[in-house]
Amino acid sequence: METEPPLERAEAFRPWHTPSPREDCCPARRPILRALDVTVSYGGTTALRNVSLGINRGCITAIVGPSGCGKSTFLMSLNRMTDLVGSASVIGDIRLDEQPVLGDAVDLLALRRRVGLIAQRPNPFPLSIRRNMTFPLREHGVRDRARQTEIMEECLHRVGLWTEVRDRLDRPALGLSGGQQQRLCLARALALEPEVLLLDEPCSALDPMASAIIEGLIEELRGRYTIVIVTHNLAQARRIADDMALFWATDGVGTLVEAGTAEQLFTRPCEALTRAYVSGMRG
Amino acid sequence: MTTREATAPRGASAAPPRRRGDRLAAILVWAVATLVAGVLLWIVLDLLRHGLVHLGHAFLLEAPRDAGRAGGIAPVLATTGLILAVTLAVAVPLGLASAILLSEFIRRGSAFAQFVRRSLEVLAGVPSIVFGLFGNALFVHYFGMGYSVAAGGLTLACMVLPLFVRASEEALRAVPDDYRRAAAGLGLTRFAAVRSVLLPVALPGILVALVLSVGRALAEAAALLFTSGYVMRMPESLADSGRTLAIHVYELAMNVPGGEGNAYATAIVLLGLLLLINLGTALIGRHVLVRTGE
Ligand SMILES: Nc1ncnc2c1ncn2[C@@H]1O[C@H](COP(=O)(O)OP(=O)(O)O)[C@@H](O)[C@H]1O
Ligand SMILES: [Mg+2]
Repeated sequence: METEPPLERAEAFRPWHTPSPREDCCPARRPILRALDVTVSYGGTTALRNVSLGINRGCITAIVGPSGCGKSTFLMSLNRMTDLVGSASVIGDIRLDEQPVLGDAVDLLALRRRVGLIAQRPNPFPLSIRRNMTFPLREHGVRDRARQTEIMEECLHRVGLWTEVRDRLDRPALGLSGGQQQRLCLARALALEPEVLLLDEPCSALDPMASAIIEGLIEELRGRYTIVIVTHNLAQARRIADDMALFWATDGVGTLVEAGTAEQLFTRPCEALTRAYVSGMRG
Repeated sequence: MTTREATAPRGASAAPPRRRGDRLAAILVWAVATLVAGVLLWIVLDLLRHGLVHLGHAFLLEAPRDAGRAGGIAPVLATTGLILAVTLAVAVPLGLASAILLSEFIRRGSAFAQFVRRSLEVLAGVPSIVFGLFGNALFVHYFGMGYSVAAGGLTLACMVLPLFVRASEEALRAVPDDYRRAAAGLGLTRFAAVRSVLLPVALPGILVALVLSVGRALAEAAALLFTSGYVMRMPESLADSGRTLAIHVYELAMNVPGGEGNAYATAIVLLGLLLLINLGTALIGRHVLVRTGE
């Protein structure tokens, strides 16, 4: 089974997408994040076994697979959100820029600032829109009010929310629509200048319009950030992903079936399971 | 209105048995609710009937005369305020710290958490007179505070602490884990999450805990008899002895013949105070809800 995407990328015609920006963004395909034989269990029950996967710098990696195959679990282990689940234990090795992610010596606050996570359900704090943006900044050492405001405005611009909320910055963030909330969460994460963004089905709780907006945003972030996105939407994966990984649960234990460039997995997968899955026959 | 009446079922006999059962239950609930409200109304009306004639702004501002049969309750009010201030100054920071520790920093199933929780439960069930004896032994004698506002306030703090901790802890636990995860995902410390997100969200619940505690402290007489005493003078410092509203009511009603009128009047003040605190806290709570947008 091929577990690491190949270093060079095949030049092939991709009718579903204009290839130009994509080729510049992650040309070298050097992994920034590398999982080696990662096994995660919840209270002794293995949820994910022996996953080895490299996440290429500046690329969009889509993780697909049926429900319960450990996609969220894998994503959470990448920035140690698994630590919040008391029963979870992660073994194996995960490296961010060759530095270990697992282990007691790791500075979790710094790690999570570098590797941000956007949850499936939008989860802005029940504070004002402004406080949602400035409070994490302040905690990360940006004390200057003017600088906070500047970053807030820039990030809200980047998620296309500025014109929608500029007049209501001091109103509760929970008063926004679901799609707006998710964009606020994205802006909040971007304000901390992460290197990697983990997105766990960021569109699944949104209507198609809001979902399309988020998808567009993710595309715009390509190259500047490394993005790992879990999605149930194969069409979406096909539209935006550079790399792709298919997870599958056998006997309740999730494993990595196949990983490679998205194009490879869609057009000439090595595994029969992948072929069946991408053609919509399974999962 | 008329059309709705026309389409409504004509009577209980036409309704299926299930509906009849529901109706019976509804009637029962209403009856109980009316009864409870009625009892409360009766108490209030009784208080007002007996006490209102003695009430007036002079009653609040004057010192008591003739062992409390005449005059007002100014020193009693002052003592009550002081004791309450001591109680809250000790119980709120300590209680909040414990609640935060229990809900955010200690694993729920751990032996320590179990031990603390069990202890709080036992403490919450201890009769107030026992707290009085304990306060008398510890604060009045061992720490040499004598019968004083300080000793009374500290005793009440011990008494309301378990209640306040439990209720605040519940309020914090009721905050959805989503916020904790969101904070952790942004690389924020748990302390930052507690301070800036969890506490504001839990504030309405914590205010309820506060009201419960204040209510319990205001109503308390037994625990104070042995700790703050029942001197009627205006307290000049925390080291002075003094009596609270509840003790004043008790003394006038039980030990001062002819003091019933002022006992009723004092009880009205006590009730009014409780009502005011309830109302104030509800307002603050609403303000917080508006701000967080929940
Ligand atoms: N907090 C948890 N405690 C126990 N088991 C869990 C927990 N979270 C996930 N699991 C289990 O781990 C497996 C993978 O779950 P998950 O990573 O959420 O899958 P996916 O995101 O692919 O749907 C499932 O069998 C699920 O029941
Ligand atoms: Mg999931």
